[in-house]
Amino acid sequence: MAAIKVNINDKTHTIEASEDMPLLWAIRDIVGLTGTKFGCGIGQCGACTVHLNGKPVRSCLLPVGALDGQSVTTIEGLADAAGLHPLQQTWIDQDVAQCGYCQTGQIMSAAALLAENSKPSDADIDAAMAGNYCRCGTYIRIRQAVHTAALAINAAGK
Amino acid sequence: MQNKIAKNSQLSRRNFIKISGLVGGGLMLGNPLQTLAASGEVSAGTLEHSELNAYVQIKPDGSILIYSGSPEMGQGIKTSLPMIVAEEMGAAWNDVVVEQTPEVDTEKYGRQSTGGSYTVFLNWNLMREMGASAREMLIGAAAEIMELPRTELKTEDSRVKHLYSNRSRTFAELATLAAKQPVPDKTTLTFREREDYRILGTSKSQVDSLEIVTGQGDYGIDTRVPDMLYGSYTKCPAVGGTLVSANLEDVKKMPGVVDAYIIKGNGDVRELLDGVGIVGTSTWAVFNARKALQIEWDESDASKDNWDEFVAFAKEQSNTGDAVLFETGELESAIDADNNSVISSFYEYPYLTHLCLEPMNCTADYRSGRSGNKDHLEVWLPTQSGPRFQTLAKNRYGLEAEQLTTHVKRMGGSFGRRTSGEYICEAIELSKLSGRPVKLTWSREDSIQHDFFREGGFCRVRGAITPEGKLAGWEEHTIGVKVGGKPSRFTGVRKNSFPLNTAANARGSLTTYAMDTPVGPWRAPFSNTHAFASQCFIDELAHAAGRDHLEFLLEMMGEPRWLKDQDIRAMNTGRASGVIKLAAEKAGWGKTMQKGHGLGLAFYFCHAAHVAEVAHVSVTDDNKVTVHRVTTAVDVGPIINMSGALNQVQGSIMDGYSAMAGQKITMRDGRIQETNLDQYPVLRIGAAPEVDVHFIQSDFSPTGLGEPALPPLAPAVANAMFRATGKRVRTMPLADLGYSV
Repeated sequence: MAAIKVNINDKTHTIEASEDMPLLWAIRDIVGLTGTKFGCGIGQCGACTVHLNGKPVRSCLLPVGALDGQSVTTIEGLADAAGLHPLQQTWIDQDVAQCGYCQTGQIMSAAALLAENSKPSDADIDAAMAGNYCRCGTYIRIRQAVHTAALAINAAGK
Repeated sequence: MQNKIAKNSQLSRRNFIKISGLVGGGLMLGNPLQTLAASGEVSAGTLEHSELNAYVQIKPDGSILIYSGSPEMGQGIKTSLPMIVAEEMGAAWNDVVVEQTPEVDTEKYGRQSTGGSYTVFLNWNLMREMGASAREMLIGAAAEIMELPRTELKTEDSRVKHLYSNRSRTFAELATLAAKQPVPDKTTLTFREREDYRILGTSKSQVDSLEIVTGQGDYGIDTRVPDMLYGSYTKCPAVGGTLVSANLEDVKKMPGVVDAYIIKGNGDVRELLDGVGIVGTSTWAVFNARKALQIEWDESDASKDNWDEFVAFAKEQSNTGDAVLFETGELESAIDADNNSVISSFYEYPYLTHLCLEPMNCTADYRSGRSGNKDHLEVWLPTQSGPRFQTLAKNRYGLEAEQLTTHVKRMGGSFGRRTSGEYICEAIELSKLSGRPVKLTWSREDSIQHDFFREGGFCRVRGAITPEGKLAGWEEHTIGVKVGGKPSRFTGVRKNSFPLNTAANARGSLTTYAMDTPVGPWRAPFSNTHAFASQCFIDELAHAAGRDHLEFLLEMMGEPRWLKDQDIRAMNTGRASGVIKLAAEKAGWGKTMQKGHGLGLAFYFCHAAHVAEVAHVSVTDDNKVTVHRVTTAVDVGPIINMSGALNQVQGSIMDGYSAMAGQKITMRDGRIQETNLDQYPVLRIGAAPEVDVHFIQSDFSPTGLGEPALPPLAPAVANAMFRATGKRVRTMPLADLGYSV
């Protein structure tokens, strides 16, 4: 057991866990944030996507012991005081989800894309989102929602 | 995306209501219209809310609580059923708050199960009654307060309004008095006319959308209760193996492990098989501890299944089988007639796993009764049927309904998977043994390898064509599985499936092969394989006859008629022809395609839905397949939630394509060979085709859309690939034929 200090959603958490526990389980079972999902455990489905120092990563493969002093953003930290992230609002407006289980991971991947590229093409979206699997097949709406959210962000001058 | 709505008045309005009443009338209920106040259980006014019936409450802040009784798994039922209630009631959708029914009580709430795409159909009348009854009670209250005759009042936007003045009262103002109104006699209730709908047929975002996108979704796997342990359960990799011994002491030394147990099952794969249960302080602790686990299994009675042996058997038995299930007309004469030509093809489809993205899980808290009290079991349960859990709890554990607290959780996909009891029993056993609440989580590997699979199988189809190019005879011979000595529910030949339901001379036969690998319903069971074989073969016959597929298909439908009058589960050839023509027209059927491109058509009827799809597909010289667009026409009667309906069609097409492209489960010596997503590919966003959906909103009773848009996809794509390449596709997945997507 070790005490690992990780900044999660702008708050420092001291996580008492084996260093080889994947970040996913530290977030879900120890910190108690369950928006980050377990899907496959081998980094294939993207349901566990979080941001590590702003970059999208698969938390199911990332040992928490390697993250001392680093910053993690989960879906619970995506909205800010001003309200929902434009991606979240668009996801609601366009009724993207079906079962919804993969969607927090989808939104985290999309948020990382838009932070880098404010006017993504279809091909940019397909490349950035290729690591996120949706069993319900909501891909058409995901692509459209990313475009719409990008427009909203650009219009707001963010 | 286009959503053209065609109105198709094949039935008069009066008949529509009559038919809806008739077909939905089989629902057995206690009395959901009864209220607490009217029943005398509590006096009105002592509650913070006003209950108008089992499904509807009005809160002091004006919000309207509508319960959803059917479990939500992504099919959108938690939004669509309350939309029906709100419509009849005259509620403004923005005022509506939806919650899952707080308990499982079929006397009070009706079915509380979902499956077979019949949930909308089976609840349509009940939901309308709940809404209409609430409306009449509100109007009754308004009539008293406003001193106006009921006939001069209507409901709209969460208000009762006077028809001839600007006077109105909000539902909130009327709620307390409304709850004291006599409950209307069900037979006196009337329902709104379609042209007056303000909610039904519009697009509403799912009621849980905000929770989903902020990570607050109410999935079973997210359950956290005080004092809870995390659990895993390890079973024999070959189903049916019994446990001889396990190194529990080594496992208990692993970090975070609280205890480990050898659990003896009852041999029923739907209840409890032998295994090792581990409980610990985190999911990872119990997953990690499994790495140290060594179990000796006795596999003498375990599955020895081999997919390759099944394939070899099927190829030997590919002609007419031993069990003729039915015969109509004179098939032999049609086959033997000198001038008729006869062709036949052999189709193959693999086993599939459900792959719900939320792995199987259940949280159970079993509290043994002390000092004379009875035992109590509380579960947090992702399931398609709460009542089925109650039956399991009674039969296996002797627990009556009052000893159970059941939280039915939103499911991260189900597709027919969450209908069995074993993941529930495993959680209960761990809770009983540890004396603590336990959240059991299956790994992805558990979820794939211990599934109730979509069974693989084979179908030989034979057809005879007259010299004029008309269908003269149709024969299907299926080689399917029997499990536990009985043919699977979803194998074989169904007389009511198209085209066996219309062909004049037809025969269906079945040969079964014994397999131990468990099978179960997988989105559009039976239909998802039968549509492939039958609807590909119609195209083969049309081609052999030198006919256009569309024209040949419409000729097979013949005159518009309902094959069994008033039976929503029977095909209606008029509705079938309607969707076939519409999909073909919208896709530009008959247009010239560039080299390597083709259009393929398929129709199917299942789950009371008529669906036609036209796929535009290209295939490169090195066998790279692209589905560019799927044009779909659907007749499921009036659409409840337009957004939800479109979502189900889009998703079913993607799902069908993903399965067709590369998914296959195989078994060797009883062991499932595929373990995780690296061996069972799922199509990603880049492969998603454009999907163009057209609804024919006919005046028949509304029916569900969770499944029926899936079966036509594979034959439409296969038929398009033939146009593009000249080569037939008779085997799924495409990867087995050397194609890539």
